[in-house]
Amino acid sequence: MLAYLVFFACIVLILGVLTLALNLQWGFTGLFNAGVVGFYAIGAYTHAIVTAAPQPQYVGNFGLPWPVGVLAAMAATALAGWLIGLVTIRLRGDYLAIATFGVAVSIQLVALNWEPLTGGPQGLTRISRPLAQLFETPFGFNLWFLGLMIAIMAAIYWALDRVLMSPWGRVLKAIREDETAAVALGKSARRFRLEAFVLGSTLMGLAGALYVSFIGFVSPYDFLPIVTFQIWAMLIVGGSGNNRGALLGALVIWAIWAGSGVLVTKLVPPSHAAQGGAIQVILIGLLLMLVLLFRPRGLIGEAAVVSRHVND
Amino acid sequence: MQALADGILTGAVIALGAIGVTFTLGIMRFANFAHSELLTWGAYFALVVVAFAGPGAPTGPLSFGWQLVAAALVAAVLTGLAAWAVDALVFRRLRRRGAHPLTMVFAAFGAALVMRHLVVLVWGHESRYYTRELQMATEVLPGVRVLPDQIFIVGLALAAMIGLHVFLTRSRTGMAMRAMAESPALAQVCGIEVEGVVRLTWIISGALAAFAGVFIGLTPQIHPEIGFNVLLSLFAAAILGGTGSLPGAVVGGFLVGLAENLSLLVISPGYKGAMPFLLLLLILIVRPQGIFGERS
Repeated sequence: MLAYLVFFACIVLILGVLTLALNLQWGFTGLFNAGVVGFYAIGAYTHAIVTAAPQPQYVGNFGLPWPVGVLAAMAATALAGWLIGLVTIRLRGDYLAIATFGVAVSIQLVALNWEPLTGGPQGLTRISRPLAQLFETPFGFNLWFLGLMIAIMAAIYWALDRVLMSPWGRVLKAIREDETAAVALGKSARRFRLEAFVLGSTLMGLAGALYVSFIGFVSPYDFLPIVTFQIWAMLIVGGSGNNRGALLGALVIWAIWAGSGVLVTKLVPPSHAAQGGAIQVILIGLLLMLVLLFRPRGLIGEAAVVSRHVND
Repeated sequence: MQALADGILTGAVIALGAIGVTFTLGIMRFANFAHSELLTWGAYFALVVVAFAGPGAPTGPLSFGWQLVAAALVAAVLTGLAAWAVDALVFRRLRRRGAHPLTMVFAAFGAALVMRHLVVLVWGHESRYYTRELQMATEVLPGVRVLPDQIFIVGLALAAMIGLHVFLTRSRTGMAMRAMAESPALAQVCGIEVEGVVRLTWIISGALAAFAGVFIGLTPQIHPEIGFNVLLSLFAAAILGGTGSLPGAVVGGFLVGLAENLSLLVISPGYKGAMPFLLLLLILIVRPQGIFGERS
């Protein structure tokens, strides 16, 4: 049980990084990224290609150390985010959603088809896991990884807090609320949007690298569009525009997902595994719609922020 | 040449699906990510009818009889009602509250997940077939082979589109729909009953989606992701044509279908799914208002 809880907490924290990244893009800047899983996949695959043990049939698999993989993953996703952002950032809300959704579909196709680089349907194995050689049992490693994740999460949370309180972060909110007014004040909406998009994408890439370095392999079937919808459900259920809400949403949705998964495997015969999986997704979809209908702010909505000079 | 023929077939199906997408984009002002699930539902509704009535004895060169056509009609009615029911349960409530259009998109995410997996819950992931009849492709032009079913499908799809076009241009209700697509506020001022138009839009969109779903299912199989797999193509077609425009969606649908199949001449089939996306990017960069759209 404890072993499972540790594993569960690691996954929640990794998904929490994704949700925070999406919150930066949507919650604070109003960018509708419906291709979260694409950036997550770029980070995951970059880390895998850079760090996996060399094998003759693959062009990648450089066997480089773990930190190099993580940094390369963030750099590659930042670059991808910048390129994609350059083309799509000016699109109106749902057009941006459609375009980024297409980005994610295309990235998954590349992962599935470019075998010499990505391993195709088999994916890549023997990916560098941080200090894995020091631990004799999987539980020991998971416990250490949980500690690492908590430290990384604390750092990201603190940094995002600072960034969003900074003048830069306040401009993002201003653009989200009233773009015309922000532009009239001399802010380049396009530049700020692009910056927020790239920063969010970079964090998504980090999450991808953390995910594959936790489980040790990468498979294209871990990066299906459903992941994007799960992350969106986390953000909306938790409360977009609030980082604590985003993290709470990640916990709640993943608890429902994993909990219903356990129940389903206990109650549904293996011959009907597909139906069991369907029940899990239906629960998430229903919850998403119910929150939108009855508690549109989410569990913890955005807090009102008033200038500290308001009483001066 | 073969790629052209295949493209026209795919295009007819995409056009039928894209009409609903363009209507929701134009009239309800949001990108309905759940529209693709209406195609899937239509295909499965027809499957239920076929399960009771049978696909019918092969008629002439076709692999099915009148029963399948009847099943498609029943599916169209049921899917139209289903689309309207989803609206009544979810989208209308949000609309009444004056929710942001993007909130509708999130709700569509949720609706899509639920709708697609209800299908999995009932039928599982296995592929299913309306009919097990084998068909011989006939050579219509030198080097171009098509199945008789496919010609039938293109014909029926065109008939449905022409019918809809006549309805939109000749009847009062049709004109009300077009007015809504142009400007909802202005339409309301002119005394158009908005909710009625919205209801009709869902029913028509659902019915056409069902036809598209049945047609995809006929060539050759049905599975829970047949709708979701073409979602990006539907969006590409709707945006390419210009949102809210019926001729736009039809032309867009055929162009996307042709582009997807012609692209197979240069790229490997594994990447076919990325074609609508590349096309979409191109449109959004070059002509974001679409072929038939007007610059706002």
